[in-house]
Amino acid sequence: MTADSLSAPAAAPVRGRSLWDDALRRLLRNRAAVTAAVTLLMLAAVCLIGPLLSPHAIDQVYWDRLSLDAAAPSWDHWFGNDANGRDLMVRVFYGGQISLMVGLTATFVALIIGVTWGATAGFMGGQVDNIMMRIVDVMYSLPFMFFVILLMVFFGRNIFLIFVAIGAVEWLDMARIVRGQTLSLKRREFIEAARAAGVGTATIIRRHILPNTLGPVVVYTTLAVPKVILLESFISFLGLGVQEPLTSWGVLISEGAKEMETAPWMLIWPAIFLAISLFCLNFVGDGVRDALDPRDR
Amino acid sequence: MTSLDSVPETAPLLAVDRLNTRFDTPEGEVAAVNDVSFTIQPGETIGIVGESGSGKSQVFLSIMGLLAINGRATGSVRFRGEEVLGIPRQRLNRIRGRHMSMIFQDPMTSLNPYLKVSQQLNEVLMQHMGLGQREATKRSIAMLDLVRIPEASRRIDMYPHEFSGGMRQRVMIAMALLCQPGLLIADEPTTALDVTVQAQILDVMEDLRCELQTAIVLITHDMGVIARLSDRVMVMYGGRVVETGPVQALFDHPQHPYTAGLLRAMPRVDRHGTSELYVIPGQPPNLQYLPAGCAYQDRCPHVHDRCLGDVPPLIATAPGRAKACFLDQIHSDA
Amino acid sequence: MLSYAVRRLLTAIPTLFVIIAVAFFMMRAAPGGPFDGERQLPEAIERNLRAHYHLDEPLVMQFGRYLGNILQGDFGPSFKYRDFTVNELLEAGFPVSLQIGGTAILLAVLIGTTAGAIAALRQNSAIDYSVMAVAMTGITIPNFVVAPFLTLVLGVYLSVLPVGGWGSLQQAILPTVALALPQIAYVSRLTRASMIEVLHTNYIRTARAKGLPEHVTITRHALKAALLPVVSYLGPATAAVITGSVVIETIFGIPGIGRYFVQAALNRDYTLVMGVVVLYASLIILLNLCVDLIYGYLDPKVRYD
Repeated sequence: MTADSLSAPAAAPVRGRSLWDDALRRLLRNRAAVTAAVTLLMLAAVCLIGPLLSPHAIDQVYWDRLSLDAAAPSWDHWFGNDANGRDLMVRVFYGGQISLMVGLTATFVALIIGVTWGATAGFMGGQVDNIMMRIVDVMYSLPFMFFVILLMVFFGRNIFLIFVAIGAVEWLDMARIVRGQTLSLKRREFIEAARAAGVGTATIIRRHILPNTLGPVVVYTTLAVPKVILLESFISFLGLGVQEPLTSWGVLISEGAKEMETAPWMLIWPAIFLAISLFCLNFVGDGVRDALDPRDR
Repeated sequence: MTSLDSVPETAPLLAVDRLNTRFDTPEGEVAAVNDVSFTIQPGETIGIVGESGSGKSQVFLSIMGLLAINGRATGSVRFRGEEVLGIPRQRLNRIRGRHMSMIFQDPMTSLNPYLKVSQQLNEVLMQHMGLGQREATKRSIAMLDLVRIPEASRRIDMYPHEFSGGMRQRVMIAMALLCQPGLLIADEPTTALDVTVQAQILDVMEDLRCELQTAIVLITHDMGVIARLSDRVMVMYGGRVVETGPVQALFDHPQHPYTAGLLRAMPRVDRHGTSELYVIPGQPPNLQYLPAGCAYQDRCPHVHDRCLGDVPPLIATAPGRAKACFLDQIHSDA
Repeated sequence: MLSYAVRRLLTAIPTLFVIIAVAFFMMRAAPGGPFDGERQLPEAIERNLRAHYHLDEPLVMQFGRYLGNILQGDFGPSFKYRDFTVNELLEAGFPVSLQIGGTAILLAVLIGTTAGAIAALRQNSAIDYSVMAVAMTGITIPNFVVAPFLTLVLGVYLSVLPVGGWGSLQQAILPTVALALPQIAYVSRLTRASMIEVLHTNYIRTARAKGLPEHVTITRHALKAALLPVVSYLGPATAAVITGSVVIETIFGIPGIGRYFVQAALNRDYTLVMGVVVLYASLIILLNLCVDLIYGYLDPKVRYD
């Protein structure tokens, strides 16, 4: 009990509301989060639909605009052209598709590994828990970015490997969170009851433990997406990630940074798109966290 | 409603007049304290009873200037004749901790875990009494002895987590009494403690009351604690004072149905047999949606039409006694 | 406390061993070798080269030999820069990386805690909102975007700072700032959140009830507790700065070991890659130990047994 909790004495809800109703209500009232979510949806829609409406193909080279002096944004090419004379707008949209997809998929990979690992460790307890969490600890202290880089360098630069590499980095936090939750849930009566009724371990984990760890997991997942997108663009920026003919915002920024003195638009457009989506994702993530865990107002 | 006070021969230590405390929450305004007026005489012990959410703690947090950031208090609070409500923090800091101290419910979290007990005690004396380090330590050890902490001179250099809950509450009491304040506010000082430890803490407080001539406000929901320590009782419900009077009279003849309910709900040794413990039906009111009329209407066995429309005023019924209930026009005793 | 430190150092050994083993075998398992890139070498020469670097031995023996050498502080010769040993390259690059990395962390702690604490004390004020907006920007915009932008604006358009290179103080400013910005942002958000939490604790209420002046309440009672999360964050911060330095050094052409690492990985310069991994892994482990010890010193509840 903190001094703060005294601030709303007996503000008990008039009628029962579920945690999720309550959280949704709080989330919808958070203007920053709602604006961010809407912006994000619009941005994703533009990235998905934009290329279909554009008269330019992703790999179409405009020979008259091959020189960067002639590639500035114009009526035909709103974002300008890149160093190979290709339309930048279409490339930014395609890059967005890849970046967002990597963000969602790799987060999903991290989610699956982390939740399974954490729930198992927490539920089994004892020696198994010890060993499993010790592994997590050891992996935490590794300079992981370096391994991702090595992985990308040595095993070819395909997009599938990016998911694996990023997923392998990001699952650690998730495992810790889920384990902590599981440990505290395990001792609760309804788990005991299920166990007494002869329900198997896997079923207890799936049916009773996981649904109850959902809150923190949702919060963490929303906050992990921007981190993952950042990681992907970081790898791509170094030239180790997404490869031609595919592109991503990280790749585009990297190309732009090389030409920024003569063709600043090549840096500015993908940077703006990346920054806006990261901004929005973080705001949505913060909003979800505040909605599910309304501790400080 | 200062006319209520039947013992004006000495100037009151604390005079509270129409105190109102409001909290702004995202769900709307919460009326935690409503038109509370009372006085405290030097050296007396007054018990404040009520369920959680009755506003009893918020009255005194308002007085001490300790409200949460979204709270604000209006009305008047005079300490030794000087207004303390809404004065600048700098002036308030010359009063609180020096002349008016407060101890809290949870001794486990009320001491700073990162500072030695000696630091936390000495800083009070150094701040208010201008003492040096060495003199302050001497006085602090003496005060720890007074609240019966064994080996005080050794333990003063320990950190709070090395003390048990009861010992920590003793440290809190010692800290509050260092400057020999005129008023000690104890907000549920024993609630978080084991029963045996509760008794020890009450012993300590009882002794100190005699020894130091400090007026004590004892905020609690435990009628037993009140019976043991207080001279006078103030019962609060829904952010209002519903009844006040001398302990013995109030216990023997409660005049408000809520007080009567509280007393019936109190476990007693003198009531034998298999009688089940009485529980007041219903829930304390939601301070955000207080009903028109009496806040107790939903739970009151004697509720009638008038209770639904008007808030019963607190009126004197006898010297030193008052109640906020329309009921006396029907029965004289609940 | 000393025995705790020793014990922690001992547990660091298996961790380090795992790191070295994983890096070593992963590198060897990958297709391609250090002599692939150049024009086709005559078979005999390549065989000689491989024998010279012991690449013809079984992997386990190579690993054993490598471990033995590391224990003597010898990282071996660089495969790519044939005239240099890995030790020489690390010795040349590490001080550079340490300088910008160390300064970045220092900036992060100094500016981040100050800004965060001020924002917390003026919660929901204009100052609070602007600090948090800047911090949010710092967190969301990655430093490989910030760095080119700073270069573009300050270096190219305004020409107040040099665009790249290394050696002078002016040349150090942009990379250091670009490296520090996200960390400043993290630390200030962290400080603000923990400060707000601490200000809501019961013991701060007690301090106020004691009539202590507000600045005493803040500095003596709140600050230490509020800064503990920042101390814990120093470990991850170091890792983040090291990671960031890879990009920053590449962008600005700084001769630090972050840039070596990327180039060495691309060149399959096994020994240099291993050298960087081992050096940074040990650094991170050592720093985490220091952080734990500092934390224990600050928090009286932590006991070493």
